[in-house]
Amino acid sequence: MEEFEPVIVAFCCHFCAYTAADMAGSLRLCYPANVKIVRVPCSGKVDTIHILKAFEGGADGVYVAGCLEGDCHFKTGNVRAAKRVIYAQNLLDDIGIGGQRLEMVNLSAGMGERFAEIARQLTEKIRKMGPNPIRNMTRPLSEAAVQIPKEQRLQ
Amino acid sequence: MITAERKPLEEIIEYIRPFQRILLVGCNECVTVCAAGGRKEVGILSASLQMSFLKQGKNLQVREHTLERQCDPEYIEELTPMIDGVDAILSMACGCGVQEMSRRFKDKPVFPAVNTKFMGASERQGVWAERCQGCGDCLLGVTGGICPIARCSKQLMNGPCGGSTTGKCEISPDVDCAWQLIWDRLKALGLEDRYERIIPAKDWRPGRGAGPRKIIREDLAE
Amino acid sequence: MKTESVLEKVLKSGNLAVTSECGPPRGAAPEKVRQKAELLRGYVDAVNVTDNQTAMVRMSSFAAAVILRQMGLHPVLQMVTRDRNRLAMQSDIIGAYSFDINTMMCLSGDHPKFGDHPMAASVHDIDSIQLVQMVRKMRDEGKFQGGADIENAPKMFIGAAANPFADPFELRVARLAKKVAAGADFIQTQCIYNLDKFEKWMEGVRNRGLHEKCYILAGVTPIKTVGMARYMKNKVPGMDVPQEVVDRMAGVPKEKQAEEGIKICVETIERLKQCKGVAGFHIMAIEWEQKVPEIVERAGLYPRPNGVI
Repeated sequence: MEEFEPVIVAFCCHFCAYTAADMAGSLRLCYPANVKIVRVPCSGKVDTIHILKAFEGGADGVYVAGCLEGDCHFKTGNVRAAKRVIYAQNLLDDIGIGGQRLEMVNLSAGMGERFAEIARQLTEKIRKMGPNPIRNMTRPLSEAAVQIPKEQRLQ
Repeated sequence: MITAERKPLEEIIEYIRPFQRILLVGCNECVTVCAAGGRKEVGILSASLQMSFLKQGKNLQVREHTLERQCDPEYIEELTPMIDGVDAILSMACGCGVQEMSRRFKDKPVFPAVNTKFMGASERQGVWAERCQGCGDCLLGVTGGICPIARCSKQLMNGPCGGSTTGKCEISPDVDCAWQLIWDRLKALGLEDRYERIIPAKDWRPGRGAGPRKIIREDLAE
Repeated sequence: MKTESVLEKVLKSGNLAVTSECGPPRGAAPEKVRQKAELLRGYVDAVNVTDNQTAMVRMSSFAAAVILRQMGLHPVLQMVTRDRNRLAMQSDIIGAYSFDINTMMCLSGDHPKFGDHPMAASVHDIDSIQLVQMVRKMRDEGKFQGGADIENAPKMFIGAAANPFADPFELRVARLAKKVAAGADFIQTQCIYNLDKFEKWMEGVRNRGLHEKCYILAGVTPIKTVGMARYMKNKVPGMDVPQEVVDRMAGVPKEKQAEEGIKICVETIERLKQCKGVAGFHIMAIEWEQKVPEIVERAGLYPRPNGVI
């Protein structure tokens, strides 16, 4: 039987998490290819809607990676992100996808090892949980997006 | 603004369960300010509903649209071309908007996605508090700018009652005693004498007392 | 005399008046009302009948007051603005007067949150001060609040409550002044444990001559146990129980606490007798009515003046 390979979306802040991911790469550290990184200027940029769209598009797990507490480049972006993650977890429970598929993690730019460790840990955690219940039923993410009429789209 | 909060997801799902194509309409004014029913919340609810339906093996088509306001018929007209393609309307506007939608689209079921709460103001980011109950005969001019009807738990016009404790209402340490606030304001303005003037029994007719209200401006109405 | 009220008669004569309280039962149990009230006969001039106290549904104060009147006692009909609009209140007032009830208290009422129906809508069509104004208009002008004439207008002796211990303290004399200006004939205060604070309030009251415009009855409540003392200190809004009182109760063994509580109550009354402007006492011994006669006797307030049943 085919083993289930989870798809994990990781929203990584440019200043810490993404830099740590970069470092993991330069150090040739292995971390699972299941983790798809989305770089954001700050974890505080990530909103509930982005998290939901990831799950709607079929992601099995999502995590938001920001700077260590007190070290956010934009002061409190990571604090806001943490609150939104909690809000989204509750919403995911109501929807029936499960809030445990979503997590907030904090790390600093120099923590390449830690980045790889998190990626491994969360991949395994989600693997054990099984696939997103709506994984094979969803349309591709591009179709699931908001239908903006042509004349209103930004050119 | 008129504040609202999104209804529990399971309640909304119950409303739209029998339908396959819905029009989810947000409002760009009050409910946007209190993060309950604006464009962003429409996106969130749409994703939530679709995922929830998919989990049950059902497909839900959601047409998302946010109007400038739902309490003016001119804006609601924008939805006319979309109506035939849907079976029901789910509105994220306050009760005023939901009813206007219902009035215009007589043969489509219309459901509220939010619970309309109160007329209030932002105390700070993410916190909105009740300020006005629309009594129809504003007495803010004599109470130092603080409303005893909306902010006193017993709507006393000659308060405070005997339950006021260190500036808080007897019902909760999180609720200010409106009359403490009024007294502090009167003191700050040098108007302490005003406190002893008895405010007589209120005529509730300008409020709800004379039935559902209407304002007609002869100079503006056609 | 403005009314036929026995309480007014006693107060006007210069005697210290004594009133107490009878809380109606949580059911259609008239016998319970009679039993409680009978304990007070001869020891008090009038008996307050509470109105859905702490927002818990009880037999209406109107019904219980009628029962008391039919026993030959003199009820003080308490009326809160929380549960009735002005129509219902005026209606109950003329109804009560038709049963020879001529003394009443005007109150706001505790918030429903505290009671057994937190889901109910409060009325508060008018507040307690506006109620005092309304009852005075019924009595002195013979008119309903809306302006029409009343047939055989009720001559009510009008009472209101005062709480010298609520916040803000600086307003508490002014609030009394407002109630007096509205037409309050007598006042019953929240129960007193902090005598210093009460005397300070009375000083303010006397400075404005309010003690001459209305009769002030000082509220007292005997404490049964140290637990009760702590509860009142910490959990009841608007109640001021100094630590010394709690300590005093804690300082005696459990079986002696009830007696200590009565002692404190009697001492309070004795000290308040010396306080100029205090016209009487309102003894609130909730669910402990049987102790009222003892308190009245030990405080030297027995027998009651002639003519009072």
